[in-house]
Amino acid sequence: MTMTSGGARRQPARRWISAPALACLGATLLFAIPIRIAGFAAPEPVFALIPAFGWAALRPSIVAPVALLALGLALDLIWGSPLGLWPLCLIIAHAMALSVRRLLSGEDFAVLWVWYAATCVVAFSVGTLAMRLASGAWPTLIGVGLQALVSVALFPLAWTLIERYRVDEVRLR
Amino acid sequence: MALRDSGLSDPRPPLAWMAAIAVAVALVTAGGLFLLYWRTPGGAAVNAARGTSDTVVGAAGSVLAAPVRLTDRGADTISDYFFAASQNRDLKRKLTAALTWRDRAVALSEENVRLRAMLGVRTDPPLPMVFAHTVLDARGPFSNSRLADAGAAQGVNEGNPVLSDHGLVGRVVGVAGGVSRIMLLNDLKSRTPVLILRTNARAILSGDGGENPLLGYLRSHDAPREGDRVLTSGDGGVIPRGLPVGRVVKGGDGSWRVALDSQTAPIDDVRILLFRDFSQLTPPADLAPRNLPSMATGAPAVAETPAPSPSQSPKPAKVARP
Repeated sequence: MTMTSGGARRQPARRWISAPALACLGATLLFAIPIRIAGFAAPEPVFALIPAFGWAALRPSIVAPVALLALGLALDLIWGSPLGLWPLCLIIAHAMALSVRRLLSGEDFAVLWVWYAATCVVAFSVGTLAMRLASGAWPTLIGVGLQALVSVALFPLAWTLIERYRVDEVRLR
Repeated sequence: MALRDSGLSDPRPPLAWMAAIAVAVALVTAGGLFLLYWRTPGGAAVNAARGTSDTVVGAAGSVLAAPVRLTDRGADTISDYFFAASQNRDLKRKLTAALTWRDRAVALSEENVRLRAMLGVRTDPPLPMVFAHTVLDARGPFSNSRLADAGAAQGVNEGNPVLSDHGLVGRVVGVAGGVSRIMLLNDLKSRTPVLILRTNARAILSGDGGENPLLGYLRSHDAPREGDRVLTSGDGGVIPRGLPVGRVVKGGDGSWRVALDSQTAPIDDVRILLFRDFSQLTPPADLAPRNLPSMATGAPAVAETPAPSPSQSPKPAKVARP
């Protein structure tokens, strides 16, 4: 960690990219354990949508899309989905969030949650279309909706990510 | 105007543009990967990557799942201790019912043996199997698969059917040294030939990522009914005939679906049938080529002789092409 001339803390870019990415991978692995609580399987949200939105809201970055590509590939390998599916979904979601970045800056919790939900809807729509292409069948919309819903419910974590690095990183203010 | 305000002091392009280019490159790479996988899903490089990642992820899953298993066992022990009396009553009731079923099974088994002997029916030999724990579980709408801690080292091959205590779970779609990936019946890419026991109707069970897979391509004069038993039909030779799959239910969208037997309980422990194809179910001598009688009229018939061993096999005769 280095210090800026104004005394504000300044963190290397790799930290606001690598720490959330590793946390997402760990959470994905943890939720993939075959565990049942009162007979029900735990929900399986897509944690990687948090950085896909959060990184775009923080600042434009060259490293973020590459990290999302790697993160998506890791998800495909863990979940056994077609290679390239989750990188495609995550990068399109990130691109969408990046394109409306000016609208996101300075907005409060509720507004950002709506934008995050829109990003999730885009990601799952892309995934549904891609799977229709790859398998020749439509995935059940109830299943897609449920996974999208639990992923949207993760927004407080995306908010924490944005707040954590916006406060710490002087360049992001 | 100062030089630093004119935009000429920094020759680098704006970060937003650089980020947009990075996004475009990553998008093209991801799309290319997806198209490549879509066109050639079984490529050697992809299989190698999946095998390596399954080994690593399987090891991580084993470590993460170990405390969960221990906790489950501990909770079971505590609940056994506190509920011993009620469990004892329950077990006695089940034992009485089971003894009745046992007597009936013995009678039916004897009748079966007698009828088979009368009809000359050949029964399938038992298939070898491997027991495994599932260590990782993907449950999303786009993929439903599990990693099991038995792989090529235990003799597991791609295509092997996987059973739980209650019925068919899916089949093996990827194998590494000590782990294998099981595609569940409700996976979007899963297609399983099945039959309805009551009507003998054939159908294809197609997963759609939901709880109850669809019964498609249903061929029968009799419409299915809710509660009809569904078994594997063995068509196509990938999965042996007669494995329990589930019961027919009417879906919310009006389509016929199957409530899977394997979903009635957790599928933490599975059996992987080491089934390759139907030649396993027949003695090799029966499948060996034989010298058949000549078709020529008037020629003396050649006596049927046992198949020669591979070292003695004659060279194949040249076939004249038109």
